[in-house]
Amino acid sequence: MDDLLQEFIAETRETLEALSGEIVAWESAPHDRDRLDAIFRFVHTVKGSCGFLDLPRLARLSHAAEDVLAAVRDGHRTPDTALVNAVLAIVDRIGEIVEAIDVGASLDDSGEDLLIAALDKGGDAAVACAPQAQTPALRNATRSVRLNVDLLDRMMSGMSDMVLARNELARRLRDDDVEPGVEAALERLSLTVAEMRETVTRTRMQKIDALFSALPRMVRDTAAEVAKSVTLHIEGADVELDREMIEMMRDPLVHIVRNAIDHGIEAPAERRIAGKRENGRLAISARQSGNQIIIEITDDGRGVDTERLVAKVVAQGLRSEAELRLLSDKAKLDLIFEPGLSTKEEVTSISGRGVGMDVVRANVEQIGGRIELFSTLGQGLTIAIHVPLTLSIISTIGIGVEGQRFALPRQAIEEIVRVGGDAIRIDMLGDTPAATVRERRMPLVDLGQVLGFERDPLGVPMLVIVGVSGGSYALAVDDVLDTEELVIKPAAPAVMAAGVYAGQTLPDSGLPMLLLDCAGIAAAAGLHFTREALVDEVEVEDTADAGSALLFDDLDGARRLVPLAIIERIELVPGDAIRFSAGRLRLSTDSGIVPLVAMGAWQDRAAVAVLRLRDDDNEIAYAIAEALDIFALPAELVPAAEPGPVAGVVALNGEQVELLDLHWLFAHHGGDQTSAAPPVCLIDGADQAWMMTFLRPVLEGAGYRVASRLKKNESAAVVLTMDATLPAAAAKAPVIRLRREANAPADDASVYRYDRPGLLAALAQSAGGR
Amino acid sequence: MSQLFLIAQIAGRAVAIESGQVESVVDIGNIVPVPGADRQIHGLAALRSRVVTVVDTRVALGLEHSPTPSTRAVITHHEGHHYAILVDALEDVAPFEPTPLSSGIVLDLGWRAAGCGVIERDGEPVLVIDLRALIPGSTALAA
Repeated sequence: MDDLLQEFIAETRETLEALSGEIVAWESAPHDRDRLDAIFRFVHTVKGSCGFLDLPRLARLSHAAEDVLAAVRDGHRTPDTALVNAVLAIVDRIGEIVEAIDVGASLDDSGEDLLIAALDKGGDAAVACAPQAQTPALRNATRSVRLNVDLLDRMMSGMSDMVLARNELARRLRDDDVEPGVEAALERLSLTVAEMRETVTRTRMQKIDALFSALPRMVRDTAAEVAKSVTLHIEGADVELDREMIEMMRDPLVHIVRNAIDHGIEAPAERRIAGKRENGRLAISARQSGNQIIIEITDDGRGVDTERLVAKVVAQGLRSEAELRLLSDKAKLDLIFEPGLSTKEEVTSISGRGVGMDVVRANVEQIGGRIELFSTLGQGLTIAIHVPLTLSIISTIGIGVEGQRFALPRQAIEEIVRVGGDAIRIDMLGDTPAATVRERRMPLVDLGQVLGFERDPLGVPMLVIVGVSGGSYALAVDDVLDTEELVIKPAAPAVMAAGVYAGQTLPDSGLPMLLLDCAGIAAAAGLHFTREALVDEVEVEDTADAGSALLFDDLDGARRLVPLAIIERIELVPGDAIRFSAGRLRLSTDSGIVPLVAMGAWQDRAAVAVLRLRDDDNEIAYAIAEALDIFALPAELVPAAEPGPVAGVVALNGEQVELLDLHWLFAHHGGDQTSAAPPVCLIDGADQAWMMTFLRPVLEGAGYRVASRLKKNESAAVVLTMDATLPAAAAKAPVIRLRREANAPADDASVYRYDRPGLLAALAQSAGGR
Repeated sequence: MSQLFLIAQIAGRAVAIESGQVESVVDIGNIVPVPGADRQIHGLAALRSRVVTVVDTRVALGLEHSPTPSTRAVITHHEGHHYAILVDALEDVAPFEPTPLSSGIVLDLGWRAAGCGVIERDGEPVLVIDLRALIPGSTALAA
């Protein structure tokens, strides 16, 4: 809530600054409609925000000012000097209160009744005695900076350039052998660039949850005010959207939701007569479709009566009846966006005056979006706001088909499975391929065929189960590569015209990549889903979800279970990607080397199925023979006789199946990540470069972080030097001195520099001596 | 009034491109194909941190696709997107005085949409083309 308040303050302050010119202009020309509208919009927005921020004083002031301005807009009042003064006094007061809220000071509210009274006709005398603007002594020092998004854009594109330059540099350095120092420097550069990139990206993106989180409270309060009861459903809160867009969407969304509750959803008695549940239903969802984010607000209220709308527009003299009769139904519905129109007879504090909708549309169009209305009289209204995906970051999965890489939005993917075994099969129904995934039958779409390659869908190795609105289908691909967070930009119209792409991106590889549009692919493949009616899900209790587990055949022939939640993915790796190196089995992946656990022989297999298990930052791979099926994990576990990779035995369909002990696995194999703060081994004196190059791996293997200089507030656990004299830092930490000569004079405590056991022993001793 | 023109070779013909339409001239690196798109779309390429859509100019002009497309391209910006128009070679940049096509001359194939005038270069007429006409899927041309 604090965030919202801060934003409200910053925004109001900003609008006020922008508005000050308008105010002066309005003062000199009170009949200027544009100026009037600008001021009207300001007080209206303040009123709207106050509603859910719970700022009653501001709400009262802005509501009063809005009433008067609306009367002026409708021509009921003329904007004389007294009225202008009174409105301006209120605008000033709003500014003062906002500043007071910011610094946390209290502000005397005695004059406010007078200010409001001054708005009434003949109240000019009161203005004179209204308190003069008393500027609060000091403005709060701002903790945040509001930046121009252009600047962030430039930063972002500069960042991308930097990443590409780094990649190119890395490529070149790989080609000609360079000394380790250069490589280390490059490594550091890469790390910094990656960190920077994440930060820069984050500056622009925000989960749409930031927009949705205020809604439940607002819906509850609004519904209570009008004595209605409304159930709110929110979906897709983790869709990420450009921060600027989120800010721009806030007001429209608030207006739409308030309108839906006030105008759309009927009073309980009325709903009963209409045969509906007394509880109104309001569903708000965000999803990505093609290169857009769609936010849908659906109510099951009375819908929009277009005939009444037309009559209203005519009655208010906004347009002629003859003109309106010619409009299509859709165009008639769009009359709701007419400025100054209200469909409701009485004005309430909640919505009223229909002003929301023209402001809403203006706001949405400003960010390149559009609004669509779907109304069924008596059944409800759906308002769909489409905003462009430009600069949205989405999480994608890279897939390969016919040697080319594409990205699929992760949000659309239900699961990824490998074809084979009984649980997952592909059959031909007539000439149409269909996939059966664990007794669920669904259409199969071969991505290669959709993209125009000649292929046999029966031979594909991997299926990606994709959910689109209406149903799911299995997308056959050659390869599933990796996950990546990508900045998606719209592609050129001619590329979008293919109908299967949602946008394009430039990943780290420097090669452009296309993002696939799952709905577009379904359409291109001619899939047809019958839309299921919107079912009221009657509060389904969450079935204990933790209980799913994957059954697989292990390499040693045993059947085992592993909890599903821990599996990041299952992939097929070539046998030679698994090596016994540096003391244990390891798997090379695109992104690095992961410790691997194998319970049996894998060497004779050309390809090995591998479970990638992840627990926070810890990742291990577990080689298996074959994944079989998914089961609910039985509650009864017979513990294993002794701790090991197997936690115990469960009975599954009368069969004894071993359950993997994740704790043991990660404890024994997940150790590649060093603990949070390893002790520091300081390398000091001359010959630092030699020690860095030769000893660093040894020292890091022994659990130290190697540094040539201490950071602030850091102390060395041990100091390593090759100088004869002791370094200054030696005062605080044990020192190990290395010497060049194999044979040392007697009573010399130094260690020969190639004497590895000696060095390790000295390290262990120093650790013990601390 | 004379304007600056870029003289290029496309499909063995010399053409003139008004310099205002040209953002830069580059050598295109790896081109990623766009399966399922119009044949005129040769693919996507990275140009610094931008993705450009590469147009196969020969196909756009209604000619046969060349088995060995060139890698040299003229970058143009149109309706918010960058396009790389492949050209065989670049010859010259110089000011010329454009004149309308003589009446009676009817151009063939895609040249008709693209051709919008003539310049005189060393006594030899060179067709002025509008790059926007080569971009597939773009909306109507400004005259």
